[in-house]
Amino acid sequence: MISLAGRDILHSWGKFVFTGVGLGLLIGATLTMAGVYRGMVDDARVLLDNSGADIWVVQKDTLGPYAEPSSLRDDAYRAIRGMPGVARAASVTYLNMQVQQGNRDVRVMVVGFEPGQPGEPPYLLAGRQITRSHYEAVADVRTGFRLGERIRIRRHDYTVVGLTRRMVSSGGDPMVFLSLKDAQEAQFLKDNDAIVNERARTAANPSLNRPGVPGLLEAIQASQTVSRSVNAVLVQVQAGRDAEAVAEPIRRWKHLEAYTRAQMEEILVAKLIATSAKQIGMFLAILAVVSAAIVAFIIYTMTLGKIREIAVLKLIGTRSRTIAGMILQQALGLGAIGFVVGKISSALWAPFFPKYVLLLPSDALRSFAAVMAICAIASTLAIRAALRVDPATAIGG
Amino acid sequence: MKLEALSFRRAGLVLLGIVLLGAFVFVVVRTGPFAATRVTVMKVEEASVAPALFGIGTVEARRAYLIGPTASGRVLRVAVDVGESVKAGQLLAEMDPVDLDQRVVSLDASIARAASTAAAAEAQRRDALARREVAAINARRYAELGEQKFVSPSVVESRLQERTSADAALAAAEANLAAARQDGARLRAERDGVRQQRQNIRLVAPADGVVTARDAEPGSTVVAGQAVVRLVDPASLWVKVRFDQGRSAGLAAGLPAEIALRSNPARPLAGKVQRLELLADSVTEERIAQVAFDAMPAGIALGELAEVTLKLPPAQSGPVLPNAAIKRRGEQVGVWALREGALVFVPVRLGSADLEGRVQVREGLRAGDRVIVHSESELTPESRISVVESLAGKTS
Repeated sequence: MISLAGRDILHSWGKFVFTGVGLGLLIGATLTMAGVYRGMVDDARVLLDNSGADIWVVQKDTLGPYAEPSSLRDDAYRAIRGMPGVARAASVTYLNMQVQQGNRDVRVMVVGFEPGQPGEPPYLLAGRQITRSHYEAVADVRTGFRLGERIRIRRHDYTVVGLTRRMVSSGGDPMVFLSLKDAQEAQFLKDNDAIVNERARTAANPSLNRPGVPGLLEAIQASQTVSRSVNAVLVQVQAGRDAEAVAEPIRRWKHLEAYTRAQMEEILVAKLIATSAKQIGMFLAILAVVSAAIVAFIIYTMTLGKIREIAVLKLIGTRSRTIAGMILQQALGLGAIGFVVGKISSALWAPFFPKYVLLLPSDALRSFAAVMAICAIASTLAIRAALRVDPATAIGG
Repeated sequence: MKLEALSFRRAGLVLLGIVLLGAFVFVVVRTGPFAATRVTVMKVEEASVAPALFGIGTVEARRAYLIGPTASGRVLRVAVDVGESVKAGQLLAEMDPVDLDQRVVSLDASIARAASTAAAAEAQRRDALARREVAAINARRYAELGEQKFVSPSVVESRLQERTSADAALAAAEANLAAARQDGARLRAERDGVRQQRQNIRLVAPADGVVTARDAEPGSTVVAGQAVVRLVDPASLWVKVRFDQGRSAGLAAGLPAEIALRSNPARPLAGKVQRLELLADSVTEERIAQVAFDAMPAGIALGELAEVTLKLPPAQSGPVLPNAAIKRRGEQVGVWALREGALVFVPVRLGSADLEGRVQVREGLRAGDRVIVHSESELTPESRISVVESLAGKTS
């Protein structure tokens, strides 16, 4: 039996293919939007994975270190390391800032970590981990830094010794890893002008610069320039221990907040990125509805464009089932081409997005099913229109 | 003709379909969760690493002097300015003597008066001496006359009493003279003391050095111990270096050092660890060592930042890994090795490391083993990998 749909497609293949490609680009945009949403959630998860921690210990009554500022003394980790069930504990700092690279500056999240401890970048694309205790950095490739490059953070120049990837803050800023002491300094070190002004201000304060108490001013100024704070302590629990059971005594006896992995994920996904995720989710929903409507209209108008040919078919006594089959096959074919083109296009342009776009196969499958369902439903409308057509239009029109 | 055109179109469509399908399969396989993780692989080499320690320090003076008065007072003048070289004993500053000079004059007058008093006492002594001689002669004479009964015994007794009084008057005059002399000695000592004080408010250099600070100007009041002028000995500069405790194994006095000053990092200077402080900083978790320059550089500034690299003797030869290969799974430290094409996590024990990121493996690997160095994402034993030459600069 000759395929009516195939014949029709062959007859007007250009129109068919280009419609399919156009449809595909629309589906690609929808898939990408889903990918942006997934990427956002995944960024948050990856942030937690890469820190290598089971428990985050932060300042009491804060949601730190990612969702809220948190400040701890940098010797807090010593007390935590001695708690039962703790395998490793290390201080970390997080700070969003602009880093100078030549004339351009890059927005990054500076992470301070203890080499060999939780918080270290778990894998590298190139180069090596930090070996010197000062002035070395490992950067995410998204920063655009190269191996061996000198970057300026506040007052010091750092050498990029390693590159990694997928290390981003919850806001999507790529990370730059420094040793803890450097990062502490970068976090709390002011620029030279600020320091000079601060010194002058202190010296002008008569109660801090008293005659007859030599050395008081110097002592106060020295105490102003050092900081011994970190943002969180990352804790790895011993194998086989329950994280919650380890976290509980820390909360109770150390008077600090301790979040387990599940709680941290809840904070990041449900609280921190909730609004922006909802924003994108809303847009995604609208885009999906609009795409579905456009697909339905395209199929409907395509059928209406062939109304004359259908009338001729009816006139020569083609059965309604055959005509309906032709329209359905064409609609599904269009959907299939659209899906394939959409999947390819989204995968091609996804890497060029500034933030991570995660294209899940399950999303793709779901969208395939949705596209096919929409095509089928839209074709029923077209079929109804086609079956109602009067064979006489073939001669009359 | 018509049929030919149709079959041509059909072939075109089929070709298009194949291209689309091919691209689709390519996209599915190369991106997303089905894609293989790209990795770089290297062979473990037999080598010896030369461990090194890296620390940050500031240039400090081993000998620094704070020159100030020992008693509170006002600065009269400051003779030197910052940057001047001074010799030992040179006058640096002088405190206001207030009344010290006048006290010397007053004491001089008192001493003169004490001398006059002594002269008067001497004269009185001589007078008493003369009176005693006369009284003694009289007493002797009357005693003889009394024995011969020419005079009454009461007259003899009165002469004897006169002699005794004259003796006492002489002793009093001698004591007066001694007191006047002692008074003079006391006043002279007092004057010497005031002169010493006058010397003491002259602030002089205790050693050769360079003035680094002029903390008080003439007219300002300083308390005891507060510095007016600060000196350092420029020949005694060294770098006080702080080493992270976690990476200070092998730190010892005498190690050769390379000192990169912030003003000229491209030309490191040679030095040596002069002293390792027994006391580590428990707050910053650092050890402190003093590194001296082999040859004192010219134009060096105190407080300048310096990066110091210490070279330790090289360790024994053994299998060596780049530190990017070292991964941690749970509580195990190890590397991902390729064994017969399969990905295996091999726990290792690590030895010394150098600053270029090469780490010696004590146990777990042999030279020639192939290990994963860089990877696009974290690996698991089930990961599919594709080995590439390098990953740097490629984003996805």
